[in-house]
Amino acid sequence: MILILLCLAICTVAGIGAWLTRRSPKLTSALGQGGAVSGAALGMVGAISVMASGIPEGLRCSWSVPFGSCSIELDALSAFFLLPVFLLTGLAAVYGARYLSQPKYASRLGSHWLFFNLLSASMVVVIVARNAILFLMAWEIMALASFFLVTLEHERESVQRAGWIYLISTHLGTAVLFFFFILLGSKSGSLDFDSFQSAGEVIGPQATLLFILALIGFGTKAGIVPVHVWLPEAHPAAPSHISALMSGVMIKTGIYGIVRTLIWLDNPSVEWALTLIGIGGVSGVLGVLLALAQHDLKRLLAYHSVENIGIIFLGLGVGVLGQATGTPILTVLGYGGGLLHVLNHSIFKALLFLGAGNVLHGAHTLNLENTGGLLKRMPWTGTMFLVGAVAICGLPPLNGFVSEFMIYAGAFHAVQSLDAFAAIPSILAILALALIGGLAVACFTKAFGIIFLGQPRSQHASEAHESAAAMRWPMVVLAALCVLIGILAPLSPVMLRPVILQVAPLAALLVSDSMAQIQTTLAVIVGVMLLCALLAALLLWRRRTKLTGRARADAVTWDCGYAAPTARMQYTAASFAQPILRLVAGIVRLPKRFTQPKGYFPSAGSFSTETPDVVEREAWAPAFRIVERVLMRFRWIQTGSIHLYILYMAITLIVLLIWKLW
Amino acid sequence: MQDLLFVLLILTGFVFLGSGRMQFGIRTVALQGILLGLIPLLGNLQDLWARLTALAVLSLAIKGMVLPYFLTRAMHKSKALHEDNPFVGFTASMVVGIICLGGSFWIASRLPFIDSSQPKMAVAVSLFIVLVGFFVIISRRKALSQVLGYLVMENGVYIFGVAFAVDVPWLVELGVLLDVFVAVFVMGIVIFHISKSFDHIDTDQLSSLTG
Repeated sequence: MILILLCLAICTVAGIGAWLTRRSPKLTSALGQGGAVSGAALGMVGAISVMASGIPEGLRCSWSVPFGSCSIELDALSAFFLLPVFLLTGLAAVYGARYLSQPKYASRLGSHWLFFNLLSASMVVVIVARNAILFLMAWEIMALASFFLVTLEHERESVQRAGWIYLISTHLGTAVLFFFFILLGSKSGSLDFDSFQSAGEVIGPQATLLFILALIGFGTKAGIVPVHVWLPEAHPAAPSHISALMSGVMIKTGIYGIVRTLIWLDNPSVEWALTLIGIGGVSGVLGVLLALAQHDLKRLLAYHSVENIGIIFLGLGVGVLGQATGTPILTVLGYGGGLLHVLNHSIFKALLFLGAGNVLHGAHTLNLENTGGLLKRMPWTGTMFLVGAVAICGLPPLNGFVSEFMIYAGAFHAVQSLDAFAAIPSILAILALALIGGLAVACFTKAFGIIFLGQPRSQHASEAHESAAAMRWPMVVLAALCVLIGILAPLSPVMLRPVILQVAPLAALLVSDSMAQIQTTLAVIVGVMLLCALLAALLLWRRRTKLTGRARADAVTWDCGYAAPTARMQYTAASFAQPILRLVAGIVRLPKRFTQPKGYFPSAGSFSTETPDVVEREAWAPAFRIVERVLMRFRWIQTGSIHLYILYMAITLIVLLIWKLW
Repeated sequence: MQDLLFVLLILTGFVFLGSGRMQFGIRTVALQGILLGLIPLLGNLQDLWARLTALAVLSLAIKGMVLPYFLTRAMHKSKALHEDNPFVGFTASMVVGIICLGGSFWIASRLPFIDSSQPKMAVAVSLFIVLVGFFVIISRRKALSQVLGYLVMENGVYIFGVAFAVDVPWLVELGVLLDVFVAVFVMGIVIFHISKSFDHIDTDQLSSLTG
């Protein structure tokens, strides 16, 4: 606990220090980066020690804010969510310091590092807070700090638009959370989380309402469909390490909130599980489909965050199903898989975003259609990106596979052991997971193939260069973790055990039993995969020894027998995705602009597709237009005269006074 | 004796509502301040007399002399000698004042008091003074009038405090005095800036700033 407090203090002091020294870019960068890294290191030690010992540590002081108390606690669940926070804060700081070392950012470093450190501190407070007021304050600081980080390049119009969309959606979510906490607090009599814990039976029939409020409020931060619209706007606008931090860990605070809510509202029903799995399935499938349609790498990755949040929801849904039907193994595998995916996604998504940052840095574009052939020019970035891509697709032996496999195993177990009605959600979960997995592979084949293979499609791409060491090593660390978690998969249930015990009221022995089953399966899979890897290495080595001393010739990729091939004859990102997207044209409508070549010797012709967000265009835009039309009718209230404003206040006060006294 | 003071306070309220000349308004507010300062002295002094006297002297000095002096200076500087064209005319203001007075007495009669021995008259008067201040802020154009309205409102709050918190006067008084100080300070800045940049101090011209 003391380490966590120390981490908070360091982050705050370093952030303010960085802002005060903003005149000197070197100093402010050193302070901001140093504070974030050292704070993260200290906090990491604190979180790991609690994970290892399993004994929660708390601190409680009184606070003069009404209904507030400054109580914080570090238990297994908090410690588990803190692991990626500290890991990514440290790595993103190292990466960011180098990323922002260009002269054009020099005047903005002070505020950047202030808000960076504030963001990391507020995320820690959100996760350890044990009072609703403290939680909401940290939640709000987190939202504002990330808003200022997203709008670093605020002179660009697209960044302004993204910033507004993010600010509005995060505040709508927070408004719902206020309602949620007030309702919960009025039931339990206090805004301390301890009192929520015991409020389960007092809440009664309103539990479902609270559950839905939590889903909307926390889900907006997490980015579930249909409240995901800020993700594909904010991530491309933000600097890459900020995208990594936001997509990697900040949206996970939404998941954290939902898991906490599930602990408070015990006795979930099968309908809840169906809701979670439904949301998860829709988010996952729609997320990956929209990702497939994107031509901008960071937008593509943002939609993959929506997809992965969907997978996490599927896991939580299977866990809730286990609780509702009293099947411990489902609970263990569902929650275990979902929570492990939280950690995994933060690792590989950050890896991919940092890779996107390197592509932008080296090739000066994120548009897939202008890249190509970067693997030869940026071997480090390309290889690490490949590791991340394989991991996010959920392919063995990397970490994404482990968590998705646990969810699969839980869902299949449900199909076998539950009756027909209760099994429906798990069947849906299996179908959704399978569809998501296949489409994700298609999507990352497209992303990696178009960017890193083939021939450069533009001048910039052919002049691309590898990034500096400080921008490569964070990626190497994350890629190594992807591999490590994949190989140590049989041990992962051990790490998850205290967390699951806290989320679901189960006997410790039961959890261990359920885990033993999956552990053996995972061990076999990892063993086979290691053998495959060995075989592949052997073949590669063989190829090399065979080839030495023989004549070798290099040829152009995509030669295809043409006499004069050009890079423009390659598959484009749009054409690669088209066969799949045509199948789902009813859901993902892509407006096309097509000028047909005319005549025997056509001079010009063009084809392009747009990729608007279907939910934003069909649901949110009309809804906001209606709201605007209604609200414009009240515009006459805003006269601009101070006298009238004071009159409004006076009338309100007097009416209230008379009303109470009548 | 206290009732006489309260009646005088009500009268100052009406005079203030009906005054169009700034100088006269400032003097009325100063007179009101002096009357207020006397209230604690007229109660049962008992062993608190030293404190209460000090308080009365301080209040007299600030509300009766310092503030009027500064306000007069601000008036001459900004050349706002007269409230030319108020939103509500002076006669109509008096009518509103009468309604406010009736309303205040009604509210005072309905308020649930902890101790029935508390003077209802003081509550009614304090509410009336607050409402008068509020009304002047709403209905007058010049920023200086609004400062005066604000001061009158503070006076109302002060009466309420004196009537109810005789036992802990320091807290209330210091709080109120601090409020007044801050208010005048802020308003002074506002007046100065408005007259600087807009060449007059009609606050309704600020409406050109709406979106």
